[in-house]
Amino acid sequence: MSVAAGSQIASPEISFSSGGDSTIRRRLLLSLIFKWVCRLMTYGALAVLAVLLTSIVWNSLGRLSPGFLVNHYSMNPARCGILAGVWGTFWLVLLTACFSIPIGVGSAVYLEELARDNVIVRVIKVNLSNLAGVPSIVYGILGLTAFRPMTLFLQELFDGRHAINVMGLFRVRLLQLEIFDGNVLVGAMTMSLVVLPTVIIASQEALRAVPSSIRIASLALGATRWQTIWRQVIPAALPGISTGVILSISRAMGEAAPLMMIGVLTVASMCPGGIESPLQLITNPTRVLSVPFDQFTAMPVEIYDWSKQPDPQDRFTAVAASGIVVLLVVLLLINATAMIIRAKTARGLKW
Amino acid sequence: MKDREAACLSGQWFDVEGGADMAERNSGLSVPPSVRGVDRNLDTSSHAAAIDVRNMNFYYGEHQVLFDISLMVPERSVTALIGPSGCGKSTFLRTLNRMNDLVEGTKCTGECLVEGQNIMDPAVDVVLLRKHVGMVFQKSTPFPKSIFDNVAYGPRVAGEKNRSVLADLVESCLRKAALWEEVRDRLHTSAMALSGGQQQRLCIARTLATNPRIILMDEPASALDPASTDRIENLIGELCANYTIVIVTHNMQQASRVSHQTAFFFKGHLVECGPTMQIFTSPSEKQTEDYITGRFG
Ligand SMILES: Nc1ncnc2c1ncn2[C@@H]1O[C@H](COP(=O)(O)OP(=O)(O)O)[C@@H](O)[C@H]1O
Ligand SMILES: [Mg+2]
Repeated sequence: MSVAAGSQIASPEISFSSGGDSTIRRRLLLSLIFKWVCRLMTYGALAVLAVLLTSIVWNSLGRLSPGFLVNHYSMNPARCGILAGVWGTFWLVLLTACFSIPIGVGSAVYLEELARDNVIVRVIKVNLSNLAGVPSIVYGILGLTAFRPMTLFLQELFDGRHAINVMGLFRVRLLQLEIFDGNVLVGAMTMSLVVLPTVIIASQEALRAVPSSIRIASLALGATRWQTIWRQVIPAALPGISTGVILSISRAMGEAAPLMMIGVLTVASMCPGGIESPLQLITNPTRVLSVPFDQFTAMPVEIYDWSKQPDPQDRFTAVAASGIVVLLVVLLLINATAMIIRAKTARGLKW
Repeated sequence: MKDREAACLSGQWFDVEGGADMAERNSGLSVPPSVRGVDRNLDTSSHAAAIDVRNMNFYYGEHQVLFDISLMVPERSVTALIGPSGCGKSTFLRTLNRMNDLVEGTKCTGECLVEGQNIMDPAVDVVLLRKHVGMVFQKSTPFPKSIFDNVAYGPRVAGEKNRSVLADLVESCLRKAALWEEVRDRLHTSAMALSGGQQQRLCIARTLATNPRIILMDEPASALDPASTDRIENLIGELCANYTIVIVTHNMQQASRVSHQTAFFFKGHLVECGPTMQIFTSPSEKQTEDYITGRFG
């Protein structure tokens, strides 16, 4: 029986070996060529990247040392360090996260879960990806014109007397603050504009990945819409949201253009709030309050500045390369954190 | 009729002790024996109406899918909705706890009285209604949380915080859903690790935890293997002593096994509704008979 069936299948008309047919052979050859072209392009890109990284690391070798992390800017390349940039970037990213996470995740929840599907919502959804594609310098211009004047206003509010009249009734003594131009607050607000579109899009995608059966089941159990969002949808989307948000906010770390636009320092010999080591956060916590209003610089701005320093012996190249290495290491650490979060939390979430 | 006779001869529709069904066998009309707990000779005419639908029409946008449905569901009994797919059974079921509100652009006219209250009234609080009228879906949808948290979800969103009250409730609901023995040692492990049949019973337990009076089930066993299907059917038999159950099924043997009353839907119309024994042995409409005997659908 089976022998008979076998002999029927092996009819000469149908053959699955590609040996005989020339058109099939040509197609196979084409797909092979295509595969190799793709492979070469990938490896080519990787090779270029490897060369770049090696040259940067090579350049930094003589200069990169623990001292580089704890020294301030100096005209002497051998003593120049990135301390102000590290702290500036830290506060910038922290404040940016404080602004963009609630606004971004909130907007995503509104757009995906609450908004009815009307023209306005559709226009917003389509234009989010357009906003994400806007060059960051444009947001810098916006920050310059919209947020920086705020500094003047705050300055008046906190002027010399450190006190304001509340409706002419009583005077409130405010903290002794000096408001600087191009401060951390303005920088963080500008940076929030840069990252918000991607934060929203990443959160939207994470929310959309939550199956609607979960929402329906929750509503059917007598949960309100809000309870459903808060207790089911957001927890289920949280791994996706947090990885997406971390990755988009880490973008704020590498941006120099919008910061240059709002006028941050390029040569800084002080850290925001005068905080130079984590220990001071504990010993002198009130200093943190003045951080948002202080001048600052950031790692990419410093790197940019070093790379164009006129130096006859080109010694600042090594400083710039060291700065790039520090920035890359921080970025890699953050991306690794995002991957760990995803791997850890995604385990219990299989639909 | 051929199929049913063949099944009759092979005896697969009869169990040996099926005393209540002897009469039907002798009369030549065959209906599979009911599950334990479902007495199909129960006279439900004395039961109060848990659900009373009057002249209901339902539209998805312009598209009308239910036409002038009037149906009474007696309390503490099982009503099965049968009919070919696309005839509006699920839509009808969802109107009973206003889950259709979630679909935009729907319209529903007529009256639907649940325990005497017209739930189509816009003033009705759907959150309270859905606690009262629970629902179990075709595809089991456990939340990606622990077994305990799944069952405790309904009471928790209703405001119950006391841990020992919740623990008691979870245990009693899992017992009622015949799942306690299987999961008692792993209440705090993920519900996603349960088998399909266990997940569906968990969904039933979860529904019971909101303390509903009425339970709607939309093809609760159609994605399950025969053994799990069996357990779900037996569970329905146990639950119907205390709950009113409306079940949609495309499996007519299942409908005849678990229900007191059967309603046959066709193209959005309620063709016939009556005691299950009568629908399956002597339907008064030709369409019903054709469908039951497998001539279409
Ligand atoms: N969300 C919806 N939007 C529009 N039409 C729907 C929707 N759900 C169901 N329908 C339509 O309503 C009719 C009845 O569907 P349904 O109630 O799911 O039938 P059944 O459960 O009996 O298979 C079908 O024609 C289907 O196409
Ligand atoms: Mg259906």
